[in-house]
Amino acid sequence: MNETFYDVMRRQGITRRSFLKFCSLTAASLGLSPAFAPKIAHAMETKPRIPVLWLHGLECTCCSESFIRSGHPLAKDVILSMLSLDYDDTIMAAAGHNAEAIVDEIVEKYKGNYILAVEGNAPLGEDGMYCIIGGKPFVEQLKYAAESCKAIISWGSCASWGCVQAAKPNPTRATPTHKIPGLADKPIIKVPGCPPIAEVMTAVVAYLLTFEKLPTLDRQGRPQMFYSQRIHDKCYRRPHFDAGQFVEHWDDEAARQGHCLYKMGCKGPTTYNACSTMRWNEGVSFPIQSGHGCIGCSEDGFWDKGGFYQRLTDINDFGIEANADTVGGTAATVVGVGIAAHAGLTALNRSKKSGDKQTGAEQQ
Amino acid sequence: MTEPTLISNAVDASGIKSSPEGEGAQAVYVYEKPVRLWHSLNALVIVALTVTGYLIASPLASVGGEASDHFVMGYVRFLHFAAGYLLAIGLLFRAYWAYAGNEHARQIFMPPLLSREFWHGVGHEILWYTFLVKEPKKYIGHNPLAVLSMHFVFVWGALFMIVTGFALYGEGTGQGSWQHALFSSWVLPLFGDSQNLHSWHHLVMWLIVCFVLIHVYVAVREDKLSRQSMLSTIVTGWRTFKDDKPVDDVH
Ligand code: HEM
Ligand code: HEM
Ligand code: SF4
Ligand code: SF4
Repeated sequence: MNETFYDVMRRQGITRRSFLKFCSLTAASLGLSPAFAPKIAHAMETKPRIPVLWLHGLECTCCSESFIRSGHPLAKDVILSMLSLDYDDTIMAAAGHNAEAIVDEIVEKYKGNYILAVEGNAPLGEDGMYCIIGGKPFVEQLKYAAESCKAIISWGSCASWGCVQAAKPNPTRATPTHKIPGLADKPIIKVPGCPPIAEVMTAVVAYLLTFEKLPTLDRQGRPQMFYSQRIHDKCYRRPHFDAGQFVEHWDDEAARQGHCLYKMGCKGPTTYNACSTMRWNEGVSFPIQSGHGCIGCSEDGFWDKGGFYQRLTDINDFGIEANADTVGGTAATVVGVGIAAHAGLTALNRSKKSGDKQTGAEQQ
Repeated sequence: MTEPTLISNAVDASGIKSSPEGEGAQAVYVYEKPVRLWHSLNALVIVALTVTGYLIASPLASVGGEASDHFVMGYVRFLHFAAGYLLAIGLLFRAYWAYAGNEHARQIFMPPLLSREFWHGVGHEILWYTFLVKEPKKYIGHNPLAVLSMHFVFVWGALFMIVTGFALYGEGTGQGSWQHALFSSWVLPLFGDSQNLHSWHHLVMWLIVCFVLIHVYVAVREDKLSRQSMLSTIVTGWRTFKDDKPVDDVH
């Protein structure tokens, strides 16, 4: 009755040869041994296709933009045909009530069996009125679709962490998926990044669909295979970091030589993402390779930590904008001045006391 | 100052014996050798960690030439990590000595927070440092205010630096390393992300800097003004007294 992935792909005009190639590619990008390629192929030939419902909340659509530019055109074709893109605000053909009816249809027909992909997040302020889909707050659509899904993918930093629309003071109360109150308790895979790397997105979907289980997640809920290392760990400028060769100004010789961007505020040492290994746009480059530091776009709160061009970022827990050196340096100065003053007072007191002693103080 | 001879078996049951200076004042063997050794090593390590830690966050001026000819940042970080290990091992050892050593070795780990007398002592020390009482109390061990700050600022501060430090270290050694399993895996989610963790590790450095500034000032000041020896005590282990009146912290 239900079509398999393979049926769908063939219907979309993908040859068997391309299909097998895709299986090897996917195995490789997932870090699996080549022996897994036939397994992936087998799964796709036999398993009924799982639809993916792709919802959009408060967002800039950069995740979709990234996704459809997936490096390998093959991967893109295959994945796009695997996804049931019957409903995706950005690229679906249907519009209006017809389009909204599709959501109901998928929820009814595939109860408990579809993947819910969320791009963007739901603003909770004013009962969710800051983001209206089909006449209703987005948060309601999200809760409704989450109720009967199998698992949720939080695309990008918006759905994973909140991103810029959640920046202080967050007037619309934009809230990442896992913090929506009353959301059905489903497994959530976070794929942060602004946007996430296309190949990471396709690989996550391919993994879910072929293995029908979640990839291994880290404590923060990100797939380990792509988020277990920092940009800094695999950065090709790392030898300059270890040597102590830094760009000090954007127009200096070191910048031309491609030295380390640490002093220009590069957040590579604190950012978990795959940019320095997978790179962007079919592996052409990534921000650091283009001469700009990493801004930490896949990290929670990256938008609220002060300058992208400062190594030390703001600590926001004190209600003031200050970094560790301003807070700590001030404290140490105050302590130093206090000590000097105290020592002065002590000396003064002592000279007074030795004066008293003449008149027979009881203490020696 | 003449050093009391270090014959601890000449000490009576209470650990008090006549001062070899023969002034009638007593001397007490307070800080055993392991505590004294730990104190100086620990002080060195903290200074090294502060300097290298600061240089990790704000590196020295760039060096020129080929990257393969230099390893400046590499050495700074290596020193930091090596000193970090020493700090951790030292504190572990010091905690063990709180169990194995004499009663004074336990002071900085177990402040008697439930004792009213202790808090009275703290109050008295505050009055003493604000020049509101003329005469300090006389202590064999640390004074109560010192115990408080050594416990809450130094012991907990150092522990904080060790936990956050190894969590940062585990980020580099990666998943599967014991540093990651033991520290990074739970500390990173606790602080939210790596950047916050760096900031807190950095901030508490300043807390420790403040502690050291005050600690050294007070140690020198008390050596001059209090009724017992200070600097010589942390060097030789013997506490000597400047008067014959009873001590205020007989346990
Ligand atoms: C980074 C530097 C330092 C740190 C972290 C530090 C920490 C400590 C700690 C934790 C103790 C308690 C010892 C115990 O009961 O186990 C102590 C005692 C002591 N330290 Fe330091 N110390 C430092 C540097 C110094 C320096 C430079 C001096 C000398 C000027 C000094 C003088 C003393 C004295 C005299 C005591 C004994 C205090 C007493 O008898 O109540 N310390 N220190
Ligand atoms: C008193 C103790 C310590 C002090 C004062 C200290 C200070 C610092 C400072 C200021 C930084 C720079 C933070 C930033 O990026 O803004 C740092 C980084 C670091 N510290 Fe410590 N630290 C201490 C103990 C430790 C310990 C015990 C370890 C464990 C091995 C450790 C490991 C690290 C690591 C791995 C980094 C990050 C290095 C990097 O990003 O390249 N620290 N420390
Ligand atoms: S450019 Fe950034 S990521 Fe690369 S080595 Fe320097 S600090 Fe690390
Ligand atoms: S290099 Fe950093 S800021 Fe740039 S895309 Fe990658 S994670 Fe985001």
